[in-house]
Amino acid sequence: MDHLVFDIVLAALIVGVAAWTNVARDTLAAVIAFVACGLLLALVWVRLVAPDVALTEAALGSGLTGGLLLGASLRVRRTGTPAAAEQPSTSLRVAAAGMCIAVTAGLAGIVLLLPEPAPTLAASALANMAATGLGNPVTAVLMAYRAIDTLLEVVVLLFALLGVWSLAPDRVWGGFPGPRHRPDPDKPLAFVAQLLVPVGILVGIHIFWIGSVAPGGEFQGATILAAMWILTMLAGLVGAPAVSRRWLRFLLVGGPAVFVAIGLVGFAAAGAFLAYPKDYAKLMILSIEVPLTLSIAGMLALLVAGPPERTLQR
Amino acid sequence: MSAVTLYGFCSAALVGLGLYGLIVRPEPLRKVLAFNLIGGGVFLLLGVVARRGASAGLGGDPVPQALVITGLVVAFASTALAVALVLRLLRDTGETVPASDAGGEAPADGRK
Amino acid sequence: MANTTTAGGFLLVVAIVLPVAGVLVSLLLGGRRAERVAFVVMPAGLGVALAIATRIWRTHDVLQYFVGGWMPPLGVGFRADGLSAVMIVASALLVCGIGLFARAQFKTPPGSETRAPLMFWTLLLAIWAALNTVFVGSDLFNLYVGLELLTFAAVPLVSLDGRPETVAAALRYLLFALLGSLLYLLGAVLLYGAYGTLDIALLCRRIHAEPAAWAAISLMTAGLLAKAALYPFHLWLPPAHAGAPAPASAILSGLVVKAPFFLIIRLWFDVMPGMPERAAAQVLGILGAAAIVFGSIVALRQARLKLLIAYSTVAQIGYLFLLFPLAIRPETGHPWGTAAWTGGILQAVSHAFAKAAMFMAAGLIAEALGHDRIAGLAGAGRALPITVFAFALGGLSLMGLPPSGGFIAKAMLLTAAVAEGQWWWAPVILAGGLLAGGYVFLVLARAMGEPIEPLRLSAEVSRGRQAVVAAVALCAVLLGFVPLHPSDFLQIGRSVAATAGTR
Repeated sequence: MDHLVFDIVLAALIVGVAAWTNVARDTLAAVIAFVACGLLLALVWVRLVAPDVALTEAALGSGLTGGLLLGASLRVRRTGTPAAAEQPSTSLRVAAAGMCIAVTAGLAGIVLLLPEPAPTLAASALANMAATGLGNPVTAVLMAYRAIDTLLEVVVLLFALLGVWSLAPDRVWGGFPGPRHRPDPDKPLAFVAQLLVPVGILVGIHIFWIGSVAPGGEFQGATILAAMWILTMLAGLVGAPAVSRRWLRFLLVGGPAVFVAIGLVGFAAAGAFLAYPKDYAKLMILSIEVPLTLSIAGMLALLVAGPPERTLQR
Repeated sequence: MSAVTLYGFCSAALVGLGLYGLIVRPEPLRKVLAFNLIGGGVFLLLGVVARRGASAGLGGDPVPQALVITGLVVAFASTALAVALVLRLLRDTGETVPASDAGGEAPADGRK
Repeated sequence: MANTTTAGGFLLVVAIVLPVAGVLVSLLLGGRRAERVAFVVMPAGLGVALAIATRIWRTHDVLQYFVGGWMPPLGVGFRADGLSAVMIVASALLVCGIGLFARAQFKTPPGSETRAPLMFWTLLLAIWAALNTVFVGSDLFNLYVGLELLTFAAVPLVSLDGRPETVAAALRYLLFALLGSLLYLLGAVLLYGAYGTLDIALLCRRIHAEPAAWAAISLMTAGLLAKAALYPFHLWLPPAHAGAPAPASAILSGLVVKAPFFLIIRLWFDVMPGMPERAAAQVLGILGAAAIVFGSIVALRQARLKLLIAYSTVAQIGYLFLLFPLAIRPETGHPWGTAAWTGGILQAVSHAFAKAAMFMAAGLIAEALGHDRIAGLAGAGRALPITVFAFALGGLSLMGLPPSGGFIAKAMLLTAAVAEGQWWWAPVILAGGLLAGGYVFLVLARAMGEPIEPLRLSAEVSRGRQAVVAAVALCAVLLGFVPLHPSDFLQIGRSVAATAGTR
């Protein structure tokens, strides 16, 4: 009850910041508002007792997405694009506002009409967790009960990366993504990166590792690792890898490939694709998770880096 | 009114705001932002459903929570692809708003 | 209904995992081997598809699989009934045909890896994996992931040649598709919130008519309509399908756009059987009728061949949605026992082959002549006879002339319209056929005409490729030998919904 005031303030803030995202004239301001909205949402996830999601929202939903959109809006601004697009007429705005208010009201009404007591799978998830050897029910859902969704989702990430790469001009195919960032030892970014990245890598690995028994897991860990990689690329400490490099392809393909392979092992050993035999469940899940985390980290970082822009031949 | 219902209303508001931004703003990057708002609303609604399903000692139903994590990853992937398309369009034409033609002329060498 | 994995259910997993493995191997080995990997996966995948169909036909029962051994509602299931089998086999045949056709256009380069061949072959396999996921999925969230898979595989194919117009078309396609996916997901969230499961078979038993369910079905249908490009959500389709390279247009118009329609059928007849009101189905039918008329008229006014074919897709998709008013709550029997059910599915499959053949033919013509302006097509009939003949065969299906699958499909829809007493669809179907005749003959007349000066070909087109196009068009014609009454095969697996839907 005492938290209700906090919740009301938080909800109102979110709605306000989201509205600001819509009406802000400058795209950069809108992106910053969006990042703020995401961080506030992460707080909401904590209030909804979903720490795994809070981590993912903060790191991926606000952090990486915000970074991606920030970079894009800076580029748009630098090219000096005039806001030449025709602004919609007032009547369209009014009609749209009316429709959106109706949608919001309708959804709010349905929220009120949701059944009480709510149907839930919590008990079922807990009951079956012992067979998986895991201690975190969300990880159990991701890696055991609905493992096929996780596999397909990583494949979705890979296809998105392929799509991004396909937008490179033919002559720079195989080359390096993004503009060249020169390392400058005097620049504060390089300094921060050198301090932060080793710590960040350790944090990322830790969050991945404890995901089996506590909030965390491969997506959260991978996001942090990806963020560290992006930081070092931005600071110029390492160059972005060329997309035709064999080791990069190994890194990206390794996770999903091992996932499929272990799924087939499950078929042979426990009778179904992605089934885990009783005593080996934890081991098999771990052997999926390690290469998967690395692959996802690579995919996320490369999605932010963008399509190749500089050719292989200097 | 409990906190959970309040956040349910919040999610409805996010969906409505995102839809409005999608319809009204012509620039693609703003549309991408609007999509992320709608996505945020949908995921928040899943979180509300998860919290309502708290039982058996857990704070929330883990299945919807896992679905949100999957959804967040997919949403990031779509944002990345959309941004890449927008930046490519920017590089080629100098503008981000796509021209409203219906596909353009075929190239002279018949490369189709 | 057996609640266990059926023997042979593993084939459903293979149907998805095989093309995915192909993509992984192609990426790893490098773009120079992508074409070869694709040509290993294609026959294997075709074999799997035929095995699934044969199994279902022989046992007269569905194929079911529960991944990881976990039962729904906690786990995720795959389920293939007669309808799924038809779509899976059609996808496999079409992908193989398109692969054979595209060999010359996207051949492996002699030097190091280049962008376009690697991207084309991996994206083709990716689309195949995504289509199979949609056709066998039995869990609404799994289907959402499958839809996203399909979008991400299809969008880059549109912008493959990198011209600004195609990039713009791809961006618009992506934005429409994302909106559709989000609306679909929102509906799925409401269903989970109300019923605690996302499995189609379980939902079918738990669902009943209440605001949450109505809102969910409306949201999901709206989202899927945007992805299926039904009028008035069709704006993204013509530039996207016309701008993609010919083999990509073939799969986009042929199958990618049918997957959302397939899901709407799953929603209306499997998740909520007996629930949608007749009025709602009439709305879908009216939009379909509008698509038929509008799409055909705009197609007549096009100056470019590929745009004409793309607008024709907009029109032919309208026929698919006539299934809903004619099969919902029929006067007698079950929805899947009506002529409309078989007619609608047959329209989907025969249009897939016919449209793919037409796009591939247009691609060959554009390569040979150097352009695709309809006004300048004179002489194409003499230079590329097999190609123009294939185009005409495809046109038979669009017009609804015998022998073709399109004729049977439209005849069944007409029969159903009369049987249901909804005679107002009949003039629309007939008008659509006439208008389709208009634009097909427009193209054929120009192509058969004599050029003012002798035609100089920009490029040689091999007979082999023309033969592939003709073979695909022939599939559409062969479907015309399906007998003119509701098909038994399409009714396999429907009894589940029947027993669950009675209230």
